Formats: sequence, structure tokens, C-alpha cells
Amino acid sequence: MTWLEIGSIEEIPRLGSRVIKTPAGDIAVFRDARDEVYALEDRCPHKGGPLSQGIVFDRRVACPLHNWIIDLESGMATGADHGCARGYPVRVIAGSVHVNI
Amino acid sequence: MQREKLVLVGNGMAGVRTLEELLKLMPEKFDITVFGDEPCGNYNRILLSPVLTGEKTIDQIMLNDERWYRENRITLHKGRKVTRIDRLRRQVLAEEGTAAEYDRLILALGSEPFVLPVPGAGLPGVISFRNIHDVDLMIEATRQFRNAVVIGGGLLGLEAAHGLMARGMQVTVVHLLDTLMERQLDKPAAELLRNSLELRGLKFLLGKETAAILGEKRVKGLRFKDGAEIAADLVVMAAGIRPNIALARSAGIYCERGIVVNDTMQTYDPRIYAVGECAEHRRQTYGLVAPLFEQAKVCANQLAQFGFASYKGSVTSTKLKVTGIDLFSAGNYLGDADSDELIFKDAAQGVYKKLVIANNRIKGAVLYGDTIDGTWYFQLMRDATDISAIRDNLLFGKAHVGSAGHGAAAGRIAQAPDDTEVCGCNGVCKGEIVRAITANNLFTLDQVRAHTKASASCGSCTGLVEELMASTLGSGYSETPRKKPLCACTDFNHEEVRVAIVANALKSIPEVRRFLDWRTPDGCHACRPAINYYLLCAWPDEYQDDVQSRFINERIHANIQKDGTYSVVPRIFGGITTAAQLRAIADAADKFKVPTVKITGGQRIDLLGVKKEDLPGIWGELGKAGFISGHAYGKALRTVKTCVGSEWCRFGTQDSTTMGIRLEEMSWGSWMPHKFKMAVSGCPRNCAEATIKDFGVVAVESGWELHIGGNGGVKVRATDLLCKVTTEAEVLEYCAAFLQLYREEARYLERTAPWIERIGLAYIKGRIVEDRRDRKALAERFMESQKHMQIDPWAGLTNNPDRRAFIPIKPVRMSPDEATVEA
Repeated sequence: MTWLEIGSIEEIPRLGSRVIKTPAGDIAVFRDARDEVYALEDRCPHKGGPLSQGIVFDRRVACPLHNWIIDLESGMATGADHGCARGYPVRVIAGSVHVNI
Repeated sequence: MQREKLVLVGNGMAGVRTLEELLKLMPEKFDITVFGDEPCGNYNRILLSPVLTGEKTIDQIMLNDERWYRENRITLHKGRKVTRIDRLRRQVLAEEGTAAEYDRLILALGSEPFVLPVPGAGLPGVISFRNIHDVDLMIEATRQFRNAVVIGGGLLGLEAAHGLMARGMQVTVVHLLDTLMERQLDKPAAELLRNSLELRGLKFLLGKETAAILGEKRVKGLRFKDGAEIAADLVVMAAGIRPNIALARSAGIYCERGIVVNDTMQTYDPRIYAVGECAEHRRQTYGLVAPLFEQAKVCANQLAQFGFASYKGSVTSTKLKVTGIDLFSAGNYLGDADSDELIFKDAAQGVYKKLVIANNRIKGAVLYGDTIDGTWYFQLMRDATDISAIRDNLLFGKAHVGSAGHGAAAGRIAQAPDDTEVCGCNGVCKGEIVRAITANNLFTLDQVRAHTKASASCGSCTGLVEELMASTLGSGYSETPRKKPLCACTDFNHEEVRVAIVANALKSIPEVRRFLDWRTPDGCHACRPAINYYLLCAWPDEYQDDVQSRFINERIHANIQKDGTYSVVPRIFGGITTAAQLRAIADAADKFKVPTVKITGGQRIDLLGVKKEDLPGIWGELGKAGFISGHAYGKALRTVKTCVGSEWCRFGTQDSTTMGIRLEEMSWGSWMPHKFKMAVSGCPRNCAEATIKDFGVVAVESGWELHIGGNGGVKVRATDLLCKVTTEAEVLEYCAAFLQLYREEARYLERTAPWIERIGLAYIKGRIVEDRRDRKALAERFMESQKHMQIDPWAGLTNNPDRRAFIPIKPVRMSPDEATVEA
């Protein structure tokens, strides 16, 4: 397990997301309206849609392919849908974002 | 925080639903105590009929078993009848000395069967049909006795009769009037119903008033006012129900027919609320599930002290399932002196439909045998939609009104096998939907959509899904179409939000949310794009587009594909291109190794499978050859399709390609509620298929016909003819006016076809054809807005050195996990 420092929180748009390419696959890093940062594998549990491209609101993201709503903290699908995207621990130190992979 | 004490009297559907809604909002606010006079948890009362027939068991219709009460730390006193409410001490007192104090009290007492005041009504063997105890008694009787009489030819009576017959009894239904179900049906429909029930073995005595119930130790028979008698071992009284108000009245709470409540479901004692069948709201009492659940929601919202929900009453329809016979009834189904009737009757097929129309609006409906369009008629009635344009085909159903959607394949879904596909978009079969409804206790269309995805995409199977809900949930099911809020974040609908934006000069999404008291901090994926569009439309010169509130396609100006790559469609005005342009597209495709190149349905070229990182690069290449974005990804003008027209075609009457190019030059770049397609055909042979476009132009010798509101897709809709004009300038002006009217008044994600069906062609003609000044003003507003919209987004993004929106983040460094180091 290593911490990956991905740079300033400002690299991620508020209520938006960026992708990190890792050998283990793409990880989506989200920033919410309160500047909390979350990291999930960039694959919707439904049909593998890139969650990083979805609309972020509250602590959730809507998958761009079929609008599954994924909870950013747990990676779990919300509502009546079932499934989970893997989550990664995140810490922000002095405005710099670290993701544990 | 000290918990307040909440007591619920009445452990039925309305009361428990209120608790469920409350627990969702404020699980910690109250200590909750429930009194129920039945010896079990909360069950689905509208499914008592299938229990009687033996299709279901009591366990299968339980909604909340005792575990639910335990898990939510609710004290349940079951089988305890509350005898008194002491409003001074704020206590309820039940049999056997059980008492509970309250800070807030909910009365959900339901209703009680109306027992005819005739001699012998108290004899053993005379029962009502109201709760599980009655059903047990009835089942018990079917084992020993043979002759049953049901008093009451309404819904409840017929269901009871059907159940008893299914269990092998000879059943006679006695009804005071000579029409069955007169509260829901007119005479012809009632006749059809009676005939088919008689064929199944039920007997009827209509126009008979019961004078006495005969017997000494047990019921033996009935005597009527006219002196006739009939033998019976079991008499079921199903002559109506009355709100149960005795407890409230004895506590001095103001009652009329029911316990009178205001719009917050509060009684005259502000600590006491009433919901469900016992409550009377604006002089109405309700016995159907949907209104009860609406009341429950409002009551919970008030108890949680959110205070914004209010109940305005419900418009109800009844979709009945009596013995597998489909019936639907809504509104003023009898009509009056001011109304017309549209009637379809095919007695051999057992189909009868009647629509009551006044002022070109549906006022009521009775459907028998074929009820698939019930919901649609009800929606048209609720929305007061002007039906003059579709009047000719109205009776034949939605499938025959300018559409070839799936509705036509309906038939009787309730009888279809389980593997019948209902929702073609999401591949959902009948069996799955029925299982989801029963397993998860679903009551609303939205819930079924969430759990199964059926009808959640294109919506053309909505009627079928509702049929299934009605047949699975029983006759009490009724979905009330209501003022649909924009999304779950608010109670305001699209129109209200738009009006508020303009009237109060709201100029950003957060401002709109604050002004309209949004419930969520950031809005959601449904409301943000809508508000973003409304702001853009209202303030074209000022509004700062919010990129994060746009769907990915419009954020990145390309169309996301299933594998996460994108497609790129350069604009080719009017579909007229050159060898040089094609060469440039080919070169760009080569350079970026585009895997698929396709000609689209709209006569453009689609480069599919482009990686996000490559988008600015490929746009740059295309830009050098003069291409701009084709907006193939946006809620915007897509393409203007043309035929070759008079320039080449021997039939062509006008220069359709030039017209197409002019229209596309005028309209590109404009954001709209939904995608917008145009076409121009050079003669009435209509090779450009202009009559299934949002705006279609068909050339004739003497000028141009303008057609509006067509689309292909799920529901094919041919256009309506707007008018005929003679000059090119007129075509452009009418088009601009129509575009602007659509932009200003349609709901976000509403295409022109459903929009026109909702507001009526006459309205659009009035604004654009008949009112010259209005047309000019609309067209001017469109052209003014275009000054700010016609900026090629591809050029902007290509020239912007900040490519962060397109490229992955590069980590700055890796450091070992501290935990690993220590280990």
C-alpha cells in the first residue's frame, strides 16, 4: 500500500472529478462542494461506466451511462440499485491530495 | 435532546405509512407508541380479496411485521382498542387499562362498514368485509354452508361475492339500485359487467331493498321490501363504509363526516393529526391508497417540523379488478347538459369506452374490457389538456395518436405469461415486475421504476406497468398523477422555477436554490442541468454557464460511448460538403486512429471511439479545415437534413439545400430544452423526411409548408402543419419564432412532440401564425440570444491551454504507507 500524492486540490474542479491512471486501473478522484475529496475505482458497478464523468452532487455521483447514483464515501449504489465501486482512502495535507492505493 | 412522545391510534396502512415517512425524515425525534385493535402488524388491506379467494395468504400481505416495530423501537399495543382520549392530560386510554401519554397524536382510525339498520342484522352469520377477521369468518363459513348473499353491488360487494364463489358457494348479490357500481360506472358499462359476472355464475337481484334478515340462532334468509324472500346461510354486508369518528367525537374533536383536518393534516386540536379514511379534508374523504399515502407524507413532514408540505386534496381514479374484468373510471363519468360523449362499444369483444368531453377537455372516463389507456386519459383530464387536435383518434388510445409506440401491443398483460417482456429498453419481464411489487411492497410507479427499471427509460410501457401494478396490488391501487416537481430536491415544478427565475431576476443556480428553498445543498443530477438551461435561456447575455451542472456530453462537447470513449461529429451545413472537407475528415480520422467512421441518420459524419485526451487534438485538425462542432451531443440544434431539391432533382420545386444551409446557419449553437432536428424537402415527395422532424419544411410550387412537432424514435409522431409561407425570409422568421417559443416554454428534456401535445397546436398557431407582432418579437429574441450562443465550443476548448478537463492527473510523488514502514 502506498500513498500517491496527486497535487493540489485545485487540480480537481469543485463538484467535479479527475482521473488517475494506475497500474491497477483508473481511479476517479472527486471533490465535493465542501472541498472533501473522495477516490473510487472509475467503474460503475452497473455497466462499467466512467464515474469520473458523472455529475457530482452532495456526496454522490450520477454515472453518465445510466444514471446510477453512487455514494462517494462508500462506493455503494444508492436507492434500489445494488452494487459497489471500490473506494480508496484519501487524505488532504496542506491542500495537497493523497490517495492510498 | 429529550424525545417527544408520539402516539398513533390505528395500526393500518395510512398511520404506519406516516410513521415510515417520519422515520425517514427524523428517526430520533419521537418515542413512538402504536395502538391497533387487530391482533397483528400492519397488512395490506386492499389485498384482502385475494386472501378470500385463496390466491394469497395473510403472511403474503403483511406490510410491517412485528420485527419492524422492534427494529424501529416502536411500542406496539396490538389487539388493544383505544377507548378514550384525555386531551387535558394528553393521554390515550385503551382497554385493560393500557395508557400512553402524548405530545403529538395521530388518529388513523380508518372506517367501519355500514351495517343496514334492519331486524336481524346482529344474527350470527351476518358479517361485513373489512378486516382479516371478517375474511376468516367468511372462509370458515364456506366450509360449512352453501348459500351466500352479499348486500351491496359496489366494488367491495362484488369482490366479496367473487371470493365466496371462488371458494365454492352459490352467491347472490343484492343491490338497492338497478346499476352495479353506480359510483364508478354508467349503465352500459354496468350491463356489460353484470352479463359477464352472470356468465361466471354470480346471481343478481337488482333494485331490491332489504327489509329484514331472517333466522333465529343463525341467519336463514332475507326478506325484501316487496315481500320476496331468499334463503341464505351467510350474509355479507358490503353496502358502504363510514369514516370511524366515534373516538374523536367523544374526545370533542370537531368532526363532520370524518375528522376534519386542514392542509397540514391537523385536526382542530393542534396536537392531534388525522390521516387516512377517517380524515375529512376540504369536505372530501378518501378510501384509496394513493391519497392516503400523500396525506401520510404531509403529516410526517409536519411532525418532523419541516413545515413545508401541505395537502391539497387528491383527484382519484379507480382501476378495478373484479374477477379479472378490467374497469377504469375517473371524474364525471356520467356527463351533464354541457358535455359531449365519445363512445366506443364492441359488445362481442366485451369492450366499452366512454369519454366525457366539455370545452375540448376530458371531464370523465369509463373504460370496460380495455383499460390500457386509463392512465393516459386521466393524465389528460388532470392536466386539462386541449384534446381538439387528437379528438378523432382519442377513443382508440394513445397508440393511435400520432404514434406507433409499444402501447399498441398491450392486450391483457395481467393474463400474459411471466416471461412476457414489458419494458423493451431495459429488458424487464412481467414476472420480474410482479415479484418486485410483492417482495418490496411497492405502491407507486416511481418505486417500480427504481426497483426494476421498467418504464424508467423511454416510458412507452408505462401503461403496461400500471396495469400490472393494478392487477398485483388490487383494486385499491390508484396512482394520482400530480403536479410533478422538477426533482426530489424541491416541490416546485418546471414552470414555477422558470417563472421565479425571470420574475425575481435570479441569475445563478445557487441563487435559484436559495430563493426556492431547495432541500439539498447542491441540487442533483436532474435539477442542475435543468436550472442551468433555464438561466441560460432567460439571461443569454449575462448568465455564466455552469459546466459542472451539465451532463458529460455537453461538458466535453462530445458524445460519451459505452466504453468511455467519445464520438466527434463536425457540422456539415445542410449536409452539403466538398471533396476537400471529406479529405480533411479522413486525414483527422487517420491521424487519431479513429476506429469507426459512420454516416449518421442526419446526413453527417460520425467519428467514433475517440479518446478523451485526443478530443482537443482532433478538433484542432478539423478546425483547420473550417469545421465547427456539430452539437451532435447536445440539447441543441442537431442537423438540418435536406434533399437535393430543384438544383438537380427533376421533381424539385424549390432550392431545398440552400434553405437547409440558411436554417442551419441561423440556428446552430442555440441551447434548447432537448435535441432539435430539422429537415427541408424540395417537393411533397419529402425525401428529407421533414414530417418527422421538430421543424420540417416541405417545398411546394407556390412556396414552403412549415411543419412542427414531429420525431422518429420511440414514439413516432408525424408533424402538424403550422402554415404555408412564400419567401425564404418568412421561413427563417417563423423558424426562429418557433425555436424561441420552444426554448422559452417547453420543460427541460421535453421534445417538441410531447410539448405540442401538452399545450396544443392552437396555442402555437396563435402565437406564431396569427399574432404577427408576437412572432416578430419571438424571432428577435432568438436572434439576440444567438449573438451569444454562436461561439464554436470546439475552437474555444482547442485554443485553451488548460487541458485539465481532458487529461488524467499526474501524481507528483509516491510515498510508502506509514503503516507499512512501521511494520
